[in-house]
Amino acid sequence: MALLDVSHLTMKFGSLAANRDVSFAVEPGTIVGLIGPNGAGKTTVFNCLAGLYKPTEGRIVFDGRDITRLPAYRISRLGLARTFQVVRPLKEMTVLENILVGAYLRQADSRRAMQIAQHCLRTCFLEEDRDRPAGGLTIGNKKRLEVARALATGPKLLLLDEAVAGLTSTEVRQMVELIQGLRREGITILMVEHIMEAIMPIADKVVVLDGGIKIAEDRPAVVVENEEVIRAYLGEKFSRRLKAMKEAKPS
Amino acid sequence: MPKLHLQSRDILWGALVCALALLPLIPGLIGNSFRAHVIILVLLYASMAQSWNIVSGYAGQTSFGHSVFFGIGAYGAGMAVVTYGLTPWPGFLAGSVMAALVAVLISWPCFRLSGHYFAIATFAIVEIFNRLFMVWDWVGGALGLDYPILPDGWVNFVWSETKVGFFYGALALFVLIFGIVRYIETHRLGYYLRAVREGQETAESLGVNSTAVKLAAMAFSAFLAALCGGFFVQYNYRVDPPMVMSLDVSMRFVLITILGGVGNFWGPLLGAMILIPLQEYSRAYLTILGSGVDLVIFGLIIMLMMIKQPKGIMGFIEAWQARSRERAAAKEGV
Ligand SMILES: Nc1ncnc2c1ncn2[C@@H]1O[C@H](COP(=O)(O)OP(=O)(O)O)[C@@H](O)[C@H]1O
Ligand SMILES: [Mg+2]
Repeated sequence: MALLDVSHLTMKFGSLAANRDVSFAVEPGTIVGLIGPNGAGKTTVFNCLAGLYKPTEGRIVFDGRDITRLPAYRISRLGLARTFQVVRPLKEMTVLENILVGAYLRQADSRRAMQIAQHCLRTCFLEEDRDRPAGGLTIGNKKRLEVARALATGPKLLLLDEAVAGLTSTEVRQMVELIQGLRREGITILMVEHIMEAIMPIADKVVVLDGGIKIAEDRPAVVVENEEVIRAYLGEKFSRRLKAMKEAKPS
Repeated sequence: MPKLHLQSRDILWGALVCALALLPLIPGLIGNSFRAHVIILVLLYASMAQSWNIVSGYAGQTSFGHSVFFGIGAYGAGMAVVTYGLTPWPGFLAGSVMAALVAVLISWPCFRLSGHYFAIATFAIVEIFNRLFMVWDWVGGALGLDYPILPDGWVNFVWSETKVGFFYGALALFVLIFGIVRYIETHRLGYYLRAVREGQETAESLGVNSTAVKLAAMAFSAFLAALCGGFFVQYNYRVDPPMVMSLDVSMRFVLITILGGVGNFWGPLLGAMILIPLQEYSRAYLTILGSGVDLVIFGLIIMLMMIKQPKGIMGFIEAWQARSRERAAAKEGV
């Protein structure tokens, strides 16, 4: 059974349909990419999944439960955590305190919650900034904090909304390794990403949105050949480059 | 630093409480003097401000209605003594529970809305409760409640011979309220309160039920404000609606904390240590200038403060600490 099952999701803002009849599933233990041009409705999907928006139509089943209209905090408690594309640090709290807020979800005891937080702090390479107010971090570290905080809630499914955008190429590599490590620990991942080099090599499946509609859902190798996806998003040049990359080092 | 282990702050706290507890041993300091009166008021107002600090500082939900909870607490004790001829103790409890209930009922609808509904609603209830208590015969109406003459001691919680009893009463209140806030601050609820203040949607995404958290903060806050009200009525041997339920009283909760540092553990104490002596001595010595001088001085100080340092005196202290830390780090680096 799929860990996440989205069926016929429609989200309207007035007359604008940011998502229209979107359906897809995420199998446990996989990494799924959600891609598409700006304004395609990717973040809106995340906001519907996480309970920030109430979908106009459709059904979202997570871990066997219908979560379609649950409040955000209930969804988080069920094990679905998310990061925000536009980072939202709890500014006046330190990095460690930010993560601790997440850690308290599974552990009311302060000492044990602190252990969880320390672990996530290390995992996300934030040790140097642990006692800094989160509002003063660099954008790269704010992105890492988003991940660390979500991770501290002990999720089954982690939604990453452009978690590597704005990072340097070294940092991108670091984050990609981190994401693969999380999968090995058994966390399922659904990630929105524009940097194809970050997502295509690690995704088991990619879902492509354009204008609020799902236009493709398949393995990365298949999706990059898809005519519609190339036209709407990837562009010919990128598709050729990626193919060349694949042929150079077949895995 | 994670606030888990014994810190310099806890040591400072222990030393402060011990020093305060020993104050009456200094001959002539806490006799039946004006100075004793000022010290007792500092402890009382610091406690009031700290109770306000829970919901309005840590959780960031500004309340202008705390005089109502303070008043309910005062009437709880006052009615136990005057109306029912009991000791004030059951009144302390009843008043505080009542205040917490009223607080939750008022804030429930507001917390589900966003924006400034809460602040506005708390503003409105002050006037409503004031009018209500003015005409309500059961609580004594506009005349209020006057205490009979009672034997001194902890049972009746009154002391007419010296102020030492009230001093220890105020100290107990102060230790209780500051202790509770310290406990909250270092545990889950404290982190949740600040998370809700810093970003409600973010907190919710981390599994925090923000409505429940704010209601809990409000209930604690009102309960403790009512305890302060209970002390206040005992100390004054009387209560009527304008004494407790007024915007003037509400503003004292707000201004003391703003001056000292909102959302900061020491803020309420610092604010009270400055404003209360100022208020009492200006009242005593500046009466020739007419009443309300203290309020004018209050207002000026707060205005200056907001311009220079919105985080209050604790903001100055923390900025200074940060600077000296940086200087120390720079020295090490060389
Ligand atoms: N809260 C909102 N109110 C109105 N329109 C919105 C809201 N959120 C998103 N939209 C609109 O929905 C569309 C999809 O946005 P979004 O999901 O952020 O796209 P993406 O993340 O794929 O770039 C955009 O046209 C955006 O303006
Ligand atoms: Mg987006």
